Amino acid sequence: MKIYVTSVFVEDQEKALRFYTDVLGFVKKHDVPLGGEARWLTVVSPEAPEGTELLLEPSGHPAVGPYKAALVDDGIPAASFAVDDVAAEFARLRALGVEFTQEPLEMGPVTTAVLDDTCGNLIQIVHNAGA
Amino acid sequence: MDDVFKALADPTRRRILDELVERDGQTLFEICARLVTKHGLGLSRQAVSQHLAVLESAGLVVTRRQGRYKFHDLDTAPLERAMTRWLRPDTPESSP
Repeated sequence: MKIYVTSVFVEDQEKALRFYTDVLGFVKKHDVPLGGEARWLTVVSPEAPEGTELLLEPSGHPAVGPYKAALVDDGIPAASFAVDDVAAEFARLRALGVEFTQEPLEMGPVTTAVLDDTCGNLIQIVHNAGA
Repeated sequence: MDDVFKALADPTRRRILDELVERDGQTLFEICARLVTKHGLGLSRQAVSQHLAVLESAGLVVTRRQGRYKFHDLDTAPLERAMTRWLRPDTPESSP
């Protein structure tokens, strides 16, 4: 068994695709119409095109809104992505207008930061120097 | 006044203040992460929330809403007021 896809709930798939590709730097992998407005829309890291996909999942279910709002309220990320240099990514993304709820924080070998994906989620970026 | 001393009487709450001195404006998530990774205090979010509520009722921590985010700031003014009576005894102090 292996993890081939994981998801974040997004309010607007088109807007999410732009953020996750143009800003974060992922690339589109699958884009399949599901009927109505919904699409099976996934992105992957250009560093691992055959790696785990991230599904940009429509947040139409009524439970999703309160769930996402409660996580954001407490600053809890919906997903976590590995980067080589948290400080460099923080500088790059902030220059692109990305908002951070947690600036880079060094905790021993692990450095993290938390950003807003503009689609209703917080995303953690992390570098583990011990890994 | 009693609230301030009660809030300070707990080592975890003093740690939270230490971390807010290092950086103001933290989310609950960041405070929890700092407590567990830097101090080995693996508390539940609810427990940390309760500590923050005690600090907030003492006026030592102020919650700031910014859009959908919630940040916690340190306010040392209650400490000044609590300590003035001994540090600068000539200053009027009404509390018992």
